[in-house]
Amino acid sequence: MSQKDNTVELLTGKNNFGKKSRIPAKLDFLQSVTGLFLALFITFHILFESSILFGKEAMYRLTKLFEGEPFIEGGEPLIITALAMVIFSMFIFHAFLAMRKFPASYKEYQRYRAHRELLNHQDTNLWFIQITTGFAMFFLGSIHLYMMMTSPEKIGPYASADRIFSDWMWPMYLLLLVSVVMHAWVGVYRLIIKWGWFDGKDPRKNRKRSKLIIKVLIAVYLFIGLVSLASYMKIGYDHQSDYGSRYVMEKIK
Amino acid sequence: MINKSTQVEENTEGYREIEITVFRYNSQNKNDTPEYQTYKLIETPGMTLYIALIKIWSTMDHHLSFDFVCRAGICGSCSMVVNGKPRLACKTRTNEFEDGKITLLPLPTFKHIKDLSVDTGNWMNAMSKKVESWIHTKEKTDIAAIEKPIEPEDAQAVFDLDRCIECGICLASCSTKIMREDFVGAVGLNRTARFAIDPHDERTDAEFYELIGDDNGVFGCMSLMGCEDHCPKELPLQTKIAYMRRKMVKA
Ligand code: HEM
Ligand code: SF4
Ligand code: FES
Repeated sequence: MSQKDNTVELLTGKNNFGKKSRIPAKLDFLQSVTGLFLALFITFHILFESSILFGKEAMYRLTKLFEGEPFIEGGEPLIITALAMVIFSMFIFHAFLAMRKFPASYKEYQRYRAHRELLNHQDTNLWFIQITTGFAMFFLGSIHLYMMMTSPEKIGPYASADRIFSDWMWPMYLLLLVSVVMHAWVGVYRLIIKWGWFDGKDPRKNRKRSKLIIKVLIAVYLFIGLVSLASYMKIGYDHQSDYGSRYVMEKIK
Repeated sequence: MINKSTQVEENTEGYREIEITVFRYNSQNKNDTPEYQTYKLIETPGMTLYIALIKIWSTMDHHLSFDFVCRAGICGSCSMVVNGKPRLACKTRTNEFEDGKITLLPLPTFKHIKDLSVDTGNWMNAMSKKVESWIHTKEKTDIAAIEKPIEPEDAQAVFDLDRCIECGICLASCSTKIMREDFVGAVGLNRTARFAIDPHDERTDAEFYELIGDDNGVFGCMSLMGCEDHCPKELPLQTKIAYMRRKMVKA
């Protein structure tokens, strides 16, 4: 948009053709697109992380797969950097869009909070989870993504476990895990309602069903995530004296 | 804030005593301070909040203000917050509350008048104008001629959404509306959906976009579903807002 068009909208609230801007429609749509993209990503990401539950070798092989080992000798961690950059861009873009919805003043916050407590309504409470976890992820998500972008080579059964245990990253990961799992699934539930994806013949019944499925998924993902984190903790604890040394597969040794 | 308590009548027939606590405040009087006042009364069979409030008004406190017209869930005047939930007082039975304790507050978001009485009318009127809540057609209406027939399913769908009684409960249940005063809310979005599906109305999606295509309109809705879960007429608000949203992103 040119400076002139912007001025027209500033003065009239409408664009040059006397019409309302299409930007709010785009923002709403893109908020959902970026949210869905991130949710799909995290669904797989947590599963890949949990490969540690099948042993160090499984996790190692998967890491190398992501580094493109079948094609590149020894793997190329820069692939992880590139991947992390894409996710980080989406993450920033989503946060930028969704930020519009945060309570923006004391008055808005006070009114929202008092009303939420009075009403005690489940979906309104779920939104509270969404904004608090969203806010937390401004920081938690950025720390994690920045590290993955800048030290992609430090992923592996021992490298990750050392980072989590000896480098004291586990409290951050614990908070991030809980935040991202709740935020992503509650967000998906919101998408289902917002766009009417599974309305079917009986939208009321289907909404209940969607909510139940979402709750189950939150429980399952929290479980998988927490058990994986515990597993890295255990490995990191046992590996303290060898801190910094890297995992080598049995056969290669 | 003070808590006042008023006690009356002898319980002669073995019915239980209930306690109704009411928010008392006169917004018109600068010197008034908000307070909660509790009234104790005997619950009679089939008692609704309408009956209870009339009993309080006629036997205990003639200064208590609240609104009723139809007593039958049709006019939408008697909405208030009953133990946290926005509801129609004339359709709420007192025996639903096991501990016999009921707290009544005026509907939030609307202009408060006095005690339980708020001004929903002026807001609804403004909303109707904002979303141009009337049939737009180039055809000249001849009120002597029979209306052009439409498909029975279309008529049914329109009538379904026309059941809205403008009680304001959807707005009082909506945290978005609570935070953002200019949001048109479910009642406004439902109204646009009603005209969007009515074949008599010739407006295009682009024209509807001019009315609700912003964050005070359909894109302001954060899908909190307070409207859907509290509307006393059980209007399909969730699906109708989604319907308008899908239309408006493409408009
Ligand atoms: C700094 C990071 C983030 C912030 C500040 C943030 C904030 C928000 C907020 C406030 C909402 C509610 C929007 C509304 O009610 O209309 C939201 C929605 C959503 N978020 Fe996030 N979020 C972040 C990261 C993420 C991540 C990492 C994921 C996925 C793993 C995600 C997935 C979603 C989804 C699916 C929605 C629903 C989208 C919609 O309603 O259109 N978000 N986010
Ligand atoms: S949509 Fe339902 S809750 Fe909202 S004003 Fe109409 S009848 Fe009342
Ligand atoms: S008095 Fe008319 S709806 Fe209750």
